[in-house]
Amino acid sequence: MVKRVYMDHSATTPLDPRVLKAMEPYLTEEYGNPSSIHRMGQIARNGVETAREQVARLINAAPEEIIFTSGGTEADNLAILGLMEAMPPRGQHIITSAIEHHAVLDVFAYLERKGYQVTFLPVNEYGMVEPETLERAMKPNTALVSIMHANNEIGTIQPIKKLAAIAHEGGAVFHTDAVQTVGRIPVDVKDMGVDMLSCSAHKLYGPKGVGCLYKKKGIRLARRLFGGAQERKLRSGTENVPGIVGFGAAAEIAGEVMSESIEHLTKLGRNLSGSLLRLIPDTILTGDPVNRLPGHVSLCFRYVEGESILLMLDQLGIMASSGSACTSGSLDPSHVLLAIGLPHEIAHGSVRLSLGRTNTQEDVDYVVQVLPGIIERLRMMSPMTGEGVM
Amino acid sequence: MALYSEKVMDHFLNPRNVGTIENPSGVGKVGNPVCGDVMQIEIKVEDNRIEDIKFKTFGCAAAIATSSMVTEMVKGKTLEEARAITNKAVAEALDGLPPVKMHCSNLAAEALHEAINQYQEKVRSNNN
Ligand SMILES: Cc1ncc(COP(=O)(O)O)c(C=O)c1O
Ligand code: FES
Repeated sequence: MVKRVYMDHSATTPLDPRVLKAMEPYLTEEYGNPSSIHRMGQIARNGVETAREQVARLINAAPEEIIFTSGGTEADNLAILGLMEAMPPRGQHIITSAIEHHAVLDVFAYLERKGYQVTFLPVNEYGMVEPETLERAMKPNTALVSIMHANNEIGTIQPIKKLAAIAHEGGAVFHTDAVQTVGRIPVDVKDMGVDMLSCSAHKLYGPKGVGCLYKKKGIRLARRLFGGAQERKLRSGTENVPGIVGFGAAAEIAGEVMSESIEHLTKLGRNLSGSLLRLIPDTILTGDPVNRLPGHVSLCFRYVEGESILLMLDQLGIMASSGSACTSGSLDPSHVLLAIGLPHEIAHGSVRLSLGRTNTQEDVDYVVQVLPGIIERLRMMSPMTGEGVM
Repeated sequence: MALYSEKVMDHFLNPRNVGTIENPSGVGKVGNPVCGDVMQIEIKVEDNRIEDIKFKTFGCAAAIATSSMVTEMVKGKTLEEARAITNKAVAEALDGLPPVKMHCSNLAAEALHEAINQYQEKVRSNNN
């Protein structure tokens, strides 16, 4: 079997074996419905409520401020649509950034079609929303500002505390999509001053299909799902008990290992990007060089195309991703790479290597050993390389 | 990501006829308006036959594989035979392409046709 080096942790992470162990009873003998009165129902209820405490602790929230959802996408949709539906249906202005995940971006586009005034804030070349840009965009009728904590493609971490303060000064609610940061770097909803925050368990070594929305006490949302009134009426449907329990366990572990993990990933990430930038000419690092997710290495190799690189890496057992037009179903280059000002042909050569807890220096060495050769091979095939570029 | 046939992967990983030709008879360079890829095909024509053909491609695995396949299909063929090759025929020779990747095969056929056109125009103007 080919060696497997997984470097796509921004897409998803493996389930921590301890998380699986915590989930197992709820997948087998403890199958009660948390809404049931009998003892099995109560055992399931306890599982869910313990998880709520664990998740709340990780982000410094109160347990009753956590609404479990089916993941980051649903949390983003609930936050934005739920808030707008809870307000009078006229005249609101809402703000987001040009580099959001589609779970936010497409909701804003939908609201724009519905007649809301929408501003998509530009970012600078590092993918940063400059606080002054938000300040200038605020209007007296701005009801909501939603800006992601860290970007999934280029790893840039936004100055959320400042942005939230600006939104509040103007009387708007502030939401952040923290799917890429919760469990990876410190997230403290009180310190950041956010009103709502989305997260997803599968990015922090928990199971897929579960996440939550943090909603500060006092923020009113309209429900998006009608039914059994679970999750304080905001998310009807029998709870995904094993998933939620796994999310809780993953959150607890993430808190315990965080500082060690940040140190490990920062070191590996620096080694990886440093070596690749040194060995491969005509390569750029995308995103902010300093304020970025630890272990997030996003690069653009000129004259070559991302899908080709990914498939050659995959042949050697290395798993990565790309924002190239050829890898997207729509055949458009990633909106994030375009928003930071990259021309199409450079965005074409994008590759993201996102490291995780279980990656080692040996994994990094292996990528450093094979990737320069792959780029060289593809550049020899490329009509874009002038003589002497290699 | 799209899953490719074994033939596509073979031509992608071991592309035939990569490179350029010294003093080519014709060059076709086309860009893909859909996703921004570029493909270049150079041909050497002798006695109305494609004696040699080389390609260079900036694009996805399907683009590289179709370029490689088209060069293999037309090498040694007459210009008329070569011109008759369609993008569909190239895709079929590769045991098919995912629907979203069909446009990549247009590029290979277009670049070839353009190279042939360029050569024929050159011949025509030389005869005048
Ligand atoms: C920034 C961001 N937001 C939202 C999502 C969607 O989360 P989920 O897959 O849990 O729906 C993702 C994950 O792909 C993401 O990276
Ligand atoms: S060349 Fe871009 S999708 Fe094939």
